[in-house]
Amino acid sequence: MTARIGVVTFPGSLDDRDTQRAIRLAGAEPVALWHKDKDLKQVDAVVLCGGFSYGDYLRAGAIARFSPVMESLIEQAKAGLPVLGICNGFQILTEAHLLPGAMLGNDHLHFICRDQKLRVENAETSWTSDYRAGQEIHIPLKNMDGRYVADQYTLDKLEAEGRVAFRYLDFNPNGSLNDIAGITNEAGNVVGLMPHPEHAVEPLIGTGRTDGLPFFTSILKKLVNA
Amino acid sequence: MSRTPLDTVEHAAATPDVELPWAELGLKKDEYERVVEILGRRPTGAELAMYSVMWSEHCSYKSSKVHLRQFGEKAPESDAMLVGIGENAGVVDVGQGYAVTFKVESHNHPSYVEPYQGAATGVGGIVRDIIAMGARPVAVVDPLRFGAADHPDTKRVLPGVVAGIGGYGNCLGLPNIGGEVVFDACYQGNPLVNAGAIGVMRHEDIHLAKASGAGNKVVLYGARTGGDGIGGASILASETFDDAKPSKRPAVQVGDPFQEKLLIECTLEAFREKLVVGIQDLGAAGLSCATSELASNGSGGMRVTLDDVPLRDSTLSPEEILMSESQERMCAVVEPEKVDRFLEICEKWDVIATVIGEVTDGDRLEIFWHGGKIVDVDPRTVAHEGPVYERPYARPEWQDALQADDANKLPRPQTSEELKDQVLKLVASPNQASKKWITSQYDHFVQGNTVLAQPEDSGMIRVDEETGLGVAIATDGNGRYAKLDPYTGAQLALAEAYRNVATTGAKPLAVSDCLNFGSPEDPAVMWQFAEAVRGLADGCLQLGTPVTGGNVSLYNQTGEAAIHPTPVVAVLGVIDDVARRTPVAFQEEGQLLYLLGDTREEFGGSAWSQVIHDHLGGLPPAVDLERERLLGEILISASRDGMIDSAHDLSDGGLIQAVVESALLGGKGARLVVPDGLDAFTFLLSESAGRAVVAVPRSEELRFNDMCGARGLPATRIGVVDGDAVAVQGEFSLSLAELREAHEATIPALLA
Repeated sequence: MTARIGVVTFPGSLDDRDTQRAIRLAGAEPVALWHKDKDLKQVDAVVLCGGFSYGDYLRAGAIARFSPVMESLIEQAKAGLPVLGICNGFQILTEAHLLPGAMLGNDHLHFICRDQKLRVENAETSWTSDYRAGQEIHIPLKNMDGRYVADQYTLDKLEAEGRVAFRYLDFNPNGSLNDIAGITNEAGNVVGLMPHPEHAVEPLIGTGRTDGLPFFTSILKKLVNA
Repeated sequence: MSRTPLDTVEHAAATPDVELPWAELGLKKDEYERVVEILGRRPTGAELAMYSVMWSEHCSYKSSKVHLRQFGEKAPESDAMLVGIGENAGVVDVGQGYAVTFKVESHNHPSYVEPYQGAATGVGGIVRDIIAMGARPVAVVDPLRFGAADHPDTKRVLPGVVAGIGGYGNCLGLPNIGGEVVFDACYQGNPLVNAGAIGVMRHEDIHLAKASGAGNKVVLYGARTGGDGIGGASILASETFDDAKPSKRPAVQVGDPFQEKLLIECTLEAFREKLVVGIQDLGAAGLSCATSELASNGSGGMRVTLDDVPLRDSTLSPEEILMSESQERMCAVVEPEKVDRFLEICEKWDVIATVIGEVTDGDRLEIFWHGGKIVDVDPRTVAHEGPVYERPYARPEWQDALQADDANKLPRPQTSEELKDQVLKLVASPNQASKKWITSQYDHFVQGNTVLAQPEDSGMIRVDEETGLGVAIATDGNGRYAKLDPYTGAQLALAEAYRNVATTGAKPLAVSDCLNFGSPEDPAVMWQFAEAVRGLADGCLQLGTPVTGGNVSLYNQTGEAAIHPTPVVAVLGVIDDVARRTPVAFQEEGQLLYLLGDTREEFGGSAWSQVIHDHLGGLPPAVDLERERLLGEILISASRDGMIDSAHDLSDGGLIQAVVESALLGGKGARLVVPDGLDAFTFLLSESAGRAVVAVPRSEELRFNDMCGARGLPATRIGVVDGDAVAVQGEFSLSLAELREAHEATIPALLA
C-alpha cells in the first residue's frame, strides 16, 4: 500500500503539478485538492505548494487562509494530519496560525532565485526523518516575501524547543531572523519552509541535485509504517 | 443639455462633412482618404478608431511587409513547420506527437515610458499569443538592450524592466531560461525590451484565430475593459519619441499577472474539453484587432454588441472600448451548445466571461452600441488590407567610411602584462560581465522541467518526462555587427543563435525574430532593415530553418539618432533525450580542451574594440553558414555519443571569455597553449564566427578527433581543464578568485 498525499491548488498556485510529480517520484500517490472544496478526500497528508495564491494580494497567504479547503485543513492539522507548506504554502501556514511568526518582503527588495545551501536542524518531524540532523543540503529558493520574522519570545521558544527545522547556510538570502529557512509546530506534523524541495528531486532538472526528495520519502515511510 | 447624436453608420452617411480626428489618431491623410474610399462614405468614430489602430505600423507592418515577404518566398523545405507566419505564433513539430509554438515580440517603447509595467505587459502579451495557439506556455526568454551601463537613465530603466519581467513571469509560473542583456549608448532613450515565450501542445490541440460557423458565439473573457493603453499600438509604438510632446504614460497598459494565470488555466481547460472553435488574444489594438482578425480569418462575418463588454470604467466611449489595450483578455469562438460549459469553466477559475456577439453568414463585421450600428466594415480591409509602403531606402553615405575604419588596425597589447590587463578589463566590462544580479530575479525552476537556463548557451526544457524529449531556445543579436553590415549582422545573429542551440546538443529547427530598427521614414534605416531581412531570409534558407513568425519594431529612435540596427534572432531546437545535453561548465579536471573552427584576425565590432578603444568600425566577422551547419552537426553528434562533457560557443569577447565562463561556472581552471600559426592576442580575443570550445574526456579523444577529421572540421587541441586559474602558457595566469571578482562585481556595483 502507498500513501495518498493531497496537493491544494489555489488560484495562483504555481508548483502544484511539480509537487504532485515529486510525490509520485517518492512512490506516493498525489491527490489534487481544490481551494473551493472543503473535502480533503481522506488524504493521509497535504502539501500547500508554492505560488502566488490569490495574486498575493493584501499579503502573501492572507486570502488563501480563508478559503474553504483551509477550514478543513486547519482543523485536521490540529488533530495531527501531516502538512507541509512550501514557500507560499509556508506563508499560508503562518497566516493560518498553524505555525508562528510571519513573512515580510526580502530585505533587498528583489525577487531572488538561487540554489540555496541549508542545514537540517530537526530531522525528527514527519517531513524530515529521512535527513540526518546537521545534514547540509542544497534546495532551490525563489521568492519575493521570504524574510521570516517573529517576536523575541517566539524565536527563543522555537530555538529552545528545536523547532527551527532548516537554517540558511553561508548566505541569508532575505534577511530572515536567526537565518531561519523553515520551522515545525510542536507536534512535528506541520512543517513550513521557504525553499522548494519539490524542485530538487531529479538529477537532470533544475540544479541537478535530489536533495529535496527526502521530504517526500520521509512522509511516505511515516505513513506506510504507521 | 444637448447630447451629440451617436455616430452610427447612418449618421456618418448623412453627415459626410463632419471632420474626424484622423491625424490625432496617427493616420496619414492619404490613409484616411483610403478609408473613405473603402467605405464609400466617411467612417464613423468607431470605425476610424479601428482603422487607425489596425493600420498603425505596429499592427499592419505597412513599412516592413514588402521585405518580410522574403521569409515566405525563401522559406526552406521543412517537415517541421505546422503553422507558419501570420498566426499568433508559429508552430513546429518536435516529434513524438508534440508541437512547440514560440515567438519573440518587442515592448520597447512602453518599457522606456514606464519600465515595470511596460516590461511586465510585454511578457503578458507574448504568453497570450502562445496560449491562443492551444499550447501550455512552458518558458520565457528576455533579450534586453539598454543604454550605457553607467548612464543614470539606465539605472532608472533597467531595474524596473527586470522587476517587471520577474514580477509578471514569476507570478505566472513560467521559468525564465534565457535571453541577453546588452549595454550600448545607442539604446539610450530607446531600450529594447523583447520578450519571447515557448509553449508545448499535442499536434491535435493546435488552435487558430478564426471565427467560423454561423451562429457560433463570440465570448470575451478575462479582465474587464478599462481606459488603459488606448492607442498603445498607434501612438506609442509607431512614432518616435519627441520631448516636446506630452508624456505618453496613459498609453502604457497595466498588468495583472494573477488574472493572466487564471486565464491560462481556464483556457487550457476549455481546450481540453474541445470547447473552442477559434481563439484570439487581445493585445495591441485590443477588441479592434481581435474582432477584425477573427472575422477576416474565418468563413463568415461577425456581429458584436459592444454594450455587453464588461467595463472597468462605465464612462468609456465605444471608440475607447474598441481601442483599449487592457491586458489579460481573450476572445473565443464557441459553438452555441458548448457556451454554457465554457462559461462554467470560466466561473470555476473566477474569470469573467461574456457572450458579446456571434458569427454570421455574411461577410461584414458589424458592431452595435446602444442599439445603433456604429461599425459596418469588411473585416479584411481592417485586418489585412491596410496600406503597404515601398519606403525609399538607400545605403547611407557614411557606411563606406565606417567600414574603412578598420578595427584590425587598432593598437594591440604589446606585452603579456598588457594583454592580461585587457582580458581582465573585458571580463569585467558590463556586456561581458556576469548577469547573475539580473537573472536571479527570475524564477528558473518552476514547472520542474528546466534542464538548462542562463548563463547556459541555450535554455532547455524537458517536454516529456518518460522519453526525455526536450526543446532548446537561444536568442542572439549584435547591433554593432549589424551597424557595420546589416546583411552580415543579421546572419551572424542567426548563426550565433543556431550555434548556441547546437552547443547544448539540440538540433536547430526553426526561427523567430524580433527586428528592432529606427524610423522607416529614414532611407538609411530602411536600407538597414531591408539588408537585415534579406540576410536573415537567405541565411534561414541555407541553414534549413524556416522563420515561423516574429515581430518588427520600428521608430526606435530619439530625434535624428536611430539605434544600431538590431535584429534579434531566436532559434528553437529539439533534443531527443535531455540527459544528453551539454552544459557550459567544465566538469572534470584533466579533460582536454579543443577549439573547433577557424580563427582569423577579426576585430570589427568586437567587444575588445568597444571596451579597450571605444571603437566601432571595419567589417564584422565573416559568415560561413555551411561551416555553422557542420559545427552544429559535430556538436550534436558529440553530445549524443558522449564524446564531450562541456561546450561553449565563441562569440563576443572571443575564446578567453568563453573559457573564463566555463571555468567560473564549473569552479575549475584551465591551462591554455597558443596554437601554432596564431598570436596570443588573436587566439584569445578574435571574434571569428563558427567556433566553439569543447572539453573532451581523454578516453574519447581519439574518437572525437576521428569524427572531426572525417567531417573536415578543424579541431585544435588548445589545453586542459586544470587547477584554480585560467593560465595561458607564456603569457599570463589569472586566478579563478580574481576572475570571479572581476566578472561578478560589475553589474551589482552599477545597478544594485
